[in-house]
Amino acid sequence: MSIKYTPDHEWINIDGNIGTVGITAHAQDALGDVVFVDLPEVGKTYAQKDAAAVVESVKAAADVYMPANGEVVEVNEALRADPSLANSDPLGAGWFFKVKLANPADLDALMDETSYTSYAADAH
Amino acid sequence: MTTALESLLKTPLNDLHVSLGARMVPFAGYSMPVQYPAGLMFEHKHTRTAAGLFDVSHMGQLRLVGPDAGAALESLIPVDVIDLPVGKQRYGLLLNDEGGIIDDLMFVNRGSDIFVIVNGACKAGDIAHIQAKIGTRCKVIPMPERALLALQGPLAVTALSRLAPGVEKLVFMTGGNFTIQAGNQRIDVFLTRSGYTGEDGFEISVLDSQAQALAQALLAQPEVKPIGLGARNSLRLEAGLPLYGNDIDTTTTPVEASLQWAMQKVRRAGGARAGGFPGAAKILAQLEGGTGAAARKRVGLLALERIPVREHIELQDLNGQHIGEVTSGLLGPTIDQPIAMGYVPTALAALGTRINAIVRGKPVPMEVVAMPFVPTNYFRG
Repeated sequence: MSIKYTPDHEWINIDGNIGTVGITAHAQDALGDVVFVDLPEVGKTYAQKDAAAVVESVKAAADVYMPANGEVVEVNEALRADPSLANSDPLGAGWFFKVKLANPADLDALMDETSYTSYAADAH
Repeated sequence: MTTALESLLKTPLNDLHVSLGARMVPFAGYSMPVQYPAGLMFEHKHTRTAAGLFDVSHMGQLRLVGPDAGAALESLIPVDVIDLPVGKQRYGLLLNDEGGIIDDLMFVNRGSDIFVIVNGACKAGDIAHIQAKIGTRCKVIPMPERALLALQGPLAVTALSRLAPGVEKLVFMTGGNFTIQAGNQRIDVFLTRSGYTGEDGFEISVLDSQAQALAQALLAQPEVKPIGLGARNSLRLEAGLPLYGNDIDTTTTPVEASLQWAMQKVRRAGGARAGGFPGAAKILAQLEGGTGAAARKRVGLLALERIPVREHIELQDLNGQHIGEVTSGLLGPTIDQPIAMGYVPTALAALGTRINAIVRGKPVPMEVVAMPFVPTNYFRG
């Protein structure tokens, strides 16, 4: 398993050809208290960088972009029921959806944790 | 947001905001706290249940001085200024010649002057407008040397009366001069029992040089926490109060904006001083109804699904026809439902009317409801 990060502050945790996607701690902190998520339909196919989900706090709404080409195979119903999981456990219980990767090489261009940490620090 | 924070104006409380861990953002040309570490949701709920301290020093303060000041101000707004008793405060709307709203404001008859508070983003234009229109009838004196703090919430009176005994006797929309004990300092302020959250509370005008000591004395009270602009916005929206630039602007009249309650009978048709304000013919015709009626109205909207409906989202009737757009909207933290304001054709403005908001291409059913969305908690004595 390995975790990669996008410039739009999503993470993807890769296990074989399945990636679990969520928003980073930095993203949830910037948004503030999350009150709503709109999750993709299971079975729908997206291209890399397509807007696949939406996350909203009281003050702002943001798209969650697909980190790689693929098909959504599962969404986090617990997050739909309790959007605050995106704040309290963004890298764990606050995951958004799982995607079956069409082309694992899509992930090569994404950041590793060290690169992302310094990228997010500069984003302030 | 690319505006460099360094190029922005700072309020006298800037260092305090930073030391409290505020996230600072550009707003109305100032660097302002949007939220503190506790977060918008906490800050909103704390203000509804205890007391919140807001820095609103970006807003404009000015005085109108002279025997003709009341009549002069009346010539600019569709509101009764002349008969306002000393010590009382009123809401007003500065109008252009088409009856459009240049700004909304609060004013107090202080006997020796009329004290006016206007929006931060509008203040330079407002002062120039007032000066140009009535500057020969009264003195128009901007007060850039003063800060403005708002203390809002059901326990605001408990906290403030500890430092300034007597404030508890004020009722909603009245004001006076008080001395606040802030540590070993005695600070002279002018304050009113009013605000923009729907809660009981006070707005306190204080010299810049004493603002930080005053804020620290208030924050030392156990009921009081600092509150940012984010919660100020969600609180005012739940209270049904319009935000200038979002919900009202120069293209909306007071009648279209559903603010006709701010026009006293004396300025309406048949009143002793009917009309006599910019755009009067159009506005009085809109009040009359019939052929001159307002074509659209600002309404409150409640989403029937738990999906936030934000500003600029399109509104459609049930046949899919475009009817307007949302001007403010969010998930109200107290009501815990998505609420919004927007303009709809007058025929669709009746309470209970169903319309759709188009969110990411999908219709979200909404109902026209009465405002405020959350009951107000003003102290009327």
